[in-house]
Amino acid sequence: MSAKRTPRALTGDDAVGEAMRQINPDVVPAYPITPQTEIMHHFAKYVANGEVDTELICVESEHSAMSAAVGASCAGARVMTATAANGLALMWEIVYIAASTRLPIVMNVVNRALSGPINIHCDHSDSMGCRDSGWIQIYSETAQEAYEHTMMAMRIAENHDVLLPVMVCQDGFITSHSVERVDVFEDEDIKKWVGEFVPKYTLLNTDNPHTVGPLDLYDYYFEHKRQQMDAMEKAKGVIKQVFSEFEKFSGKPFDFIESYRLDDADTAIVALSSSCGTIKDVVDDLREKGQKVGLLKIRVFRPFMPEMITTALKSCKGVAILDRSASFGGFGGPIFTEVRSAFHEWKEKPHIINYIYGLGGREFTIKHAHQVFNELEEVKKGNLGIKVRSLGSRE
Amino acid sequence: MNLKELSKQEERLESGHRLCPGCALPMIARQLLHSLHGEPVVVGCATGCLEVSTTIYPYTAWKTPWIHNAFENVAATMSGAETAYRVLQKRGKIPKDKKIKFLAIGGDGGTYDIGLQSLSGTLERGHNLVYVCMDNEAYQNTGIQRSSSTPFAAATNTSPVGKIKKGKEQFKKDLTAVIAGHHIPYVAQASPHNWVDLMKKAEKAFAVEGPAFINTISPCVPGWGYKSDQTQEMARLAVDTCFWPLFEIENDVWKLNYNPGDKKEPIINWCKHQARFRHLLKPENKELLDKFQAHVDERWEWVKKQCGK
Ligand SMILES: Cc1ncc(C[n+]2csc(CCOP(=O)(O)OP(=O)(O)O)c2C)c(N)n1
Ligand code: SF4
Ligand SMILES: [Mg+2]
Repeated sequence: MSAKRTPRALTGDDAVGEAMRQINPDVVPAYPITPQTEIMHHFAKYVANGEVDTELICVESEHSAMSAAVGASCAGARVMTATAANGLALMWEIVYIAASTRLPIVMNVVNRALSGPINIHCDHSDSMGCRDSGWIQIYSETAQEAYEHTMMAMRIAENHDVLLPVMVCQDGFITSHSVERVDVFEDEDIKKWVGEFVPKYTLLNTDNPHTVGPLDLYDYYFEHKRQQMDAMEKAKGVIKQVFSEFEKFSGKPFDFIESYRLDDADTAIVALSSSCGTIKDVVDDLREKGQKVGLLKIRVFRPFMPEMITTALKSCKGVAILDRSASFGGFGGPIFTEVRSAFHEWKEKPHIINYIYGLGGREFTIKHAHQVFNELEEVKKGNLGIKVRSLGSRE
Repeated sequence: MNLKELSKQEERLESGHRLCPGCALPMIARQLLHSLHGEPVVVGCATGCLEVSTTIYPYTAWKTPWIHNAFENVAATMSGAETAYRVLQKRGKIPKDKKIKFLAIGGDGGTYDIGLQSLSGTLERGHNLVYVCMDNEAYQNTGIQRSSSTPFAAATNTSPVGKIKKGKEQFKKDLTAVIAGHHIPYVAQASPHNWVDLMKKAEKAFAVEGPAFINTISPCVPGWGYKSDQTQEMARLAVDTCFWPLFEIENDVWKLNYNPGDKKEPIINWCKHQARFRHLLKPENKELLDKFQAHVDERWEWVKKQCGK
């Protein structure tokens, strides 16, 4: 029997605040930035009312937020934080250090466009920019997913075979500030499900002291990076395990990707986060009209699952990859590059094009999804035209 | 405090590290550790000479738990560790009676410059930790570049003596006074040559509830350009010229700990031993030397005034 849930009307930020309240971590160092601020407002209220007994450290910058997170995590605490855009950019240096130090920190990133020019709305330039920082990255389509991913992230990060930080992303404003139905679990059930964190090493073990963060030169650094890569490999198995345990707990299936009406699809869109909801609507619509279309939603972008993605798309002749971030001077956006290269040794592979879309919060609507499926009708015949296009911008 | 007793205490910074012969950093570190008389302590170091030279993987010279995160964030990092200690104790995950001290160490670059914000935030939030700046007056680890702590007229690789410019053009930042503006329970300035004074200050700093800050002068053999057996003498002269006054501020009350009085030496007595000030000995640079001396005197009068002298 799956755990009891109560439906509530929550925004994405509310939902994450709720997840953090239920997890009741030891330490939360944080700094405000739109559209993450509401998470912190909620959490500060929980602390002020004694609903959690977490230590909230209101630091003077995101750089210090991640630095304090590293210090607290090395001291054996369960640590969570949240940020967006410029905040993530400011903590960049320490984002890498957190991963290399193998610290199971969970951070909610409310995706927002990086400056400049300054903009507060959604795109994925912030989290995509640090896709190689060594963090596991999970993208949420809805507030419900942001809530559930946060719970699972804690278990994935703290697994002793993994010990890597996890970024749970949701779309700024689109998800973070829209009220949706969110089914919330009971506090006690979550407490049990998340469990206790027992660190292997801690700075507070003064009887058996160890050194963290030494100078690591050409004679060992590479091996340590190899261990980090191995941990990411191991994370694949652990994520699968945690997904299936969460399925048992919640009755809801989870996977690295979500295949939506892909089985016999001729053409498909690959996307992440909130746009997937819009695309699903259009897929249903076109399916009703007899068009064989589908959607591949990537939930876990790091670690990347090439075989899973190519297999899911195997029936497709035309595929459009939607990237909500640009790679200036690169060959398409980050999702495009990786998915396209995953197909490299396939003999019969789909024709693949890339759309850069939604930058700085530019709307992505049903109209745009229709446009993509329309254009795929030509693409699937091999008439590729421009391989990297932009969608929804003035020409 | 006597030497015989101290000699029985365990060294928690081992020999075998790769700091330069004559470096003041390990002297200060040992004085700080000995002032704890064996009490458990977690040490954090900012990137810099002390950090890179004591923990070259797979070796470590530290017999205390020790963490290095980055250059500019030792204060924030240790604020996180100290918070973890408090919350884990509150939640019964570590014994209630287990006392642990927290010591954050930064160089002048990591403290006066790039880490100032992180330090200021940590002090403002009131974490129970001791921050010690080991001020060797330049970015020594990266090859002697000027910092805001480098003294007036000193030559570094980014403030060289050339045909037009003659070393650093700005005066040293008065960081200790900046920290005093945070009104934390304990702030002090100390020197390793006066180890009794330094250790007493460290004892006080570790004893107070809340943040404490000690700024220490840390002569650097290659950076300052003096003979490696002259480190303590360089520290003494910094104090006896009143370039580096020894004082403490307990709950906002300033107190002068040492006044050379009539024995106050001219700044040239300190400069003449150091290659970074060599150009000040030339007659054509007398104006610079006078300007330096006037500034030292002015700062000294100001410190005395703060201390009610
Ligand atoms: C963000 C960043 N910028 C620059 C550096 C390069 N760097 C490492 S140590 C250092 C200077 C350290 O100077 P200081 O803090 O005075 O310590 P010292 O080595 O002089 O004891 C610099 C510039 C770095 N590690 N990180
Ligand atoms: S360069 Fe200076 S501070 Fe660095 S180890 Fe050598 S003497 Fe010490
Ligand atoms: Mg220095």
